[in-house]
Amino acid sequence: MALTGLEIYKLLPQTNCKECGFPTCLAFAMKLAAKQATLDDCPYVSDEAKSKLEAASAPPIRLVELKNEEGEVKVGNETVLFRHEKTFYNKCGLFLRLKDDEDAGILSNKASEANAFHVDYVGIDLYLDGFAVEAASGDPATFASAVKAVNEASKKPLILIADSADLAKAGLEAAEGARPLLYAADADNWEAMAEVAKEKNVPLAVRAETLDGLADLTQKLKEAGIEELVLDPELGGYHDSLHKLTAIRRLALKKTFRPLGFPIISFPGTASEADETLLAAEQIAKYGGLIVLDTFNPASLYALLVLRQNIYTDPQKPIQVQPGLYEINDPKPDSPLLVTTNFSITYFSVANEVEGAGKPGWLLVADSEGMSVLTAWAAGKFDAERIAKDIKAFNVADKVEHHKLIIPGHVATISGELEEELPGWKILVGPREAVDIRGYLDSVWQN
Amino acid sequence: MTVEIPKEKYTSSVRQVTIGATADEGGTRAHTLTIGGETCMPFLLHEGSTPNRPALALEIRDRKPEDWSELLIETWGDAIGDPVAWARAAEEVGADLIYLKLSTTTPDGEPNSPENAKKIVRQVLEATGLPLAVIGPGQADLDNELIVAVAEEGKGERLLLGLCEENNYRTIVAAALAHDHLVQSKTPMDVNLSKQLVILIHDMGMPLERIVMDPTTGALGYGIEYGYSVMERLRMAALQGDTMTQQPMIVTPGEETWKVKESKVGEGVPETWGDWKQRALNWEAITATTIIHSGADLIVLRHPETLKHVRNMIDDLIQTQTA
Repeated sequence: MALTGLEIYKLLPQTNCKECGFPTCLAFAMKLAAKQATLDDCPYVSDEAKSKLEAASAPPIRLVELKNEEGEVKVGNETVLFRHEKTFYNKCGLFLRLKDDEDAGILSNKASEANAFHVDYVGIDLYLDGFAVEAASGDPATFASAVKAVNEASKKPLILIADSADLAKAGLEAAEGARPLLYAADADNWEAMAEVAKEKNVPLAVRAETLDGLADLTQKLKEAGIEELVLDPELGGYHDSLHKLTAIRRLALKKTFRPLGFPIISFPGTASEADETLLAAEQIAKYGGLIVLDTFNPASLYALLVLRQNIYTDPQKPIQVQPGLYEINDPKPDSPLLVTTNFSITYFSVANEVEGAGKPGWLLVADSEGMSVLTAWAAGKFDAERIAKDIKAFNVADKVEHHKLIIPGHVATISGELEEELPGWKILVGPREAVDIRGYLDSVWQN
Repeated sequence: MTVEIPKEKYTSSVRQVTIGATADEGGTRAHTLTIGGETCMPFLLHEGSTPNRPALALEIRDRKPEDWSELLIETWGDAIGDPVAWARAAEEVGADLIYLKLSTTTPDGEPNSPENAKKIVRQVLEATGLPLAVIGPGQADLDNELIVAVAEEGKGERLLLGLCEENNYRTIVAAALAHDHLVQSKTPMDVNLSKQLVILIHDMGMPLERIVMDPTTGALGYGIEYGYSVMERLRMAALQGDTMTQQPMIVTPGEETWKVKESKVGEGVPETWGDWKQRALNWEAITATTIIHSGADLIVLRHPETLKHVRNMIDDLIQTQTA
């Protein structure tokens, strides 16, 4: 963890020159500890103290960046073990592994297909982050042409899986325009791999089965001048993954254990005791960094991308949409009027159904402070009073002539009260779930 | 370099709760089901113990449900219209508990009645030796009417009865107290509401050993992160000694996921959503996986294939337990 004010004070000149704008060096140290001042304000700090202080203030899990012409992936910089303590910041990357023992044409097709995968989730565009190309052939020329084929089919970030310096070099040279992760240095090849990573200025993954082995390697690489590292703890199944990743995250955050303060790379498809999709799901929730899948299956990828989006949502800020009267499919004054809350997932579920039904409709999105129907109702943010207020605030009566309002089935209990709040209006109780809106509009509203 | 694995120390544990009663205990169940008892965060077994692995229940209905996905109807086949066959099928595919949810109406369109509920519960109890949960259809008056009758019929069986919610719990708790059953206490994704309802139910005289807490779980893509974090916070509080958060947690990913569009329907959805059946099974299994990692003790599913995958995962997670 960061240094305390007193620890910082010991590293300062202790002359109380006041040039930093604070009355004493101790006061300045306290401000530094609270991150309300920067070290640059002290003109006399020694280089030695500076490097110590900078090292201490470095994030406990290093940020690693992969780039290509179309996209970048940043992992690391996490600060908590549980998302409710603050938030998880940098979404883990989801990659697809392709091996060079297949024909370059086939690889190119596979990469194009996966590259084209896009799915819309509550207005957010979800897609695969990139590709891991593996030198399974062991031949530098074959590997280079595979990397080239994938890199031409998709300009997304790359991971190059190569176990020798020759292969690594061939792959990196073929990855034009990209800043890939080089995978991986181990106890045997680390010196040669370090040289390549340094020469090409790319991040390097290190692989060892034990945490001791990993820590040894990262220390050696640090001495060799390589600092942008990713750890591969050779994870097994659900149990092994949870234990190792929890241990690494805790060591980094709670002990500021620098040798393991790096993001993790994992290959959930390689564990014989686990289902690839479910192990990937576990790793999304529990401390995965770069997750390399062996199967491209939209039915899994869509679900995993949604999970990642959910887990990495800032718990302090529910995703909201602007309250108001929304028009769907160009509604007329006699089109049905539905009301829901402004929690984005609720809004999109309802709006998608009305839109999908191909019927014009009005959707009143009440200001429920970003809560879903039941939660908002329980918290008194989606009651008769609130809905009546929004009916008036958004001049709904001027646009919708029939004065009939369809409320979610989950809040059927407020219909009486709402009729009292809105004289002249008729309250209809709609379905509980958005998925049943289509059927409701077809049967009930028609009649 | 020797890296020392950090361990967290907790002062307290989750309460153990036993559902069902064998002949020796005054019931007719072949065995009982005990959940809870953890002294560590989920599966971190090097720093505590998990005496009871998370249990898996399958949800069945007293009649063929009208709004279930085709995929579920296909899987259960004819059993889906016959609670006896359905309960047996659920036992056969490895459920630890049968979660029987009653419907508002009978198959001939009549409102469900206490007599009908009693009859079905009796039949299910005779069809399977598994512990049983019986849950009302979700309308306060009808729930009370049916569950009171069920409590009487199942006397001695230590059924899990529900749902107890903030605005409707007294009648069900009183019935469970009178006939020695347990209750499911359900609150909408909030640490304090969870705790408060446990307190209210306990204040009526219900021992804490007979309350299972349902913190409510959103489906993947539909608010799972709220339930996930509420559960992590509840579990953390329990281990740190907050007594009224120490109930084992029941979650219903089957019910939550099979009502969302991704699982329910195969047509009129984007092609990039992939194969319908695989997607639906992933939706249920991933939702279950995620909340098992945040402390779920009893997981209610709908599809037998999901149960198989989730069972494998739990077996692997718990493998090296030494306690």
